[in-house]
Amino acid sequence: MAYEPNEVLDCSGMSCPMPILKTKKAVDKLEPGQILKMIATDPGSKPDMEAWSKKTGHKLLEYQQDGDKHIFFIEKV
Amino acid sequence: MALIAANGGLDAAYPPLILASTGVAMDFEVAVFFTFYGLYILHKERMPNLRVSAIGNPAMPIAIPSIVGMLPGMSSMATSMMKNWMAKAGTATIPQLLESCVEFGVRLIACQMTMDVLGIKREQLIDGVEIGGAATFLEYAADADITLYM
Repeated sequence: MAYEPNEVLDCSGMSCPMPILKTKKAVDKLEPGQILKMIATDPGSKPDMEAWSKKTGHKLLEYQQDGDKHIFFIEKV
Repeated sequence: MALIAANGGLDAAYPPLILASTGVAMDFEVAVFFTFYGLYILHKERMPNLRVSAIGNPAMPIAIPSIVGMLPGMSSMATSMMKNWMAKAGTATIPQLLESCVEFGVRLIACQMTMDVLGIKREQLIDGVEIGGAATFLEYAADADITLYM
């Protein structure tokens, strides 16, 4: 299913922990129910985003991989 | 989450700052107690210029015999090598990580006793630092789920 993001955050080229720190900052600015699309090239971003979502409660709606890009759709709770 | 940062090498400064900034980003409450050489991570002038030792560092990707590591300039070389690797890997710098810690509300506690020992003044440390002692840290750490000495 395709989600319509309210914000897009490109973390390409960044490695741990920057994608998580930038995602937190971006999600803080959203209203509950809004969606952030985050793109990362760090291969560790998938387990890290899953852990982040589990701990913070913000929903990881969808994960896609496109070549070396890892794409996450996150809903702020 | 309660961390102790007791070392002031560039390589030693990364783990506590990465865990502290990621911890607050994950909604943990985080405090870091900076003591002994770890205080230099909060030091305005020294923090951007933390160095890697070329001596007694057997894990460096390029083996440097201690006798070579003692030569002038080797520590600078090891430091710029590490900064290069980190930049290539897209890792944040120490000032960037520290900025995230301050912005996200990590409690940064500078150890009063070692500030006195090392002759470090409050105004030499970055803004947003509180000053405390062992009891300040332990009172906080008593309720922490994660406590790490780094």
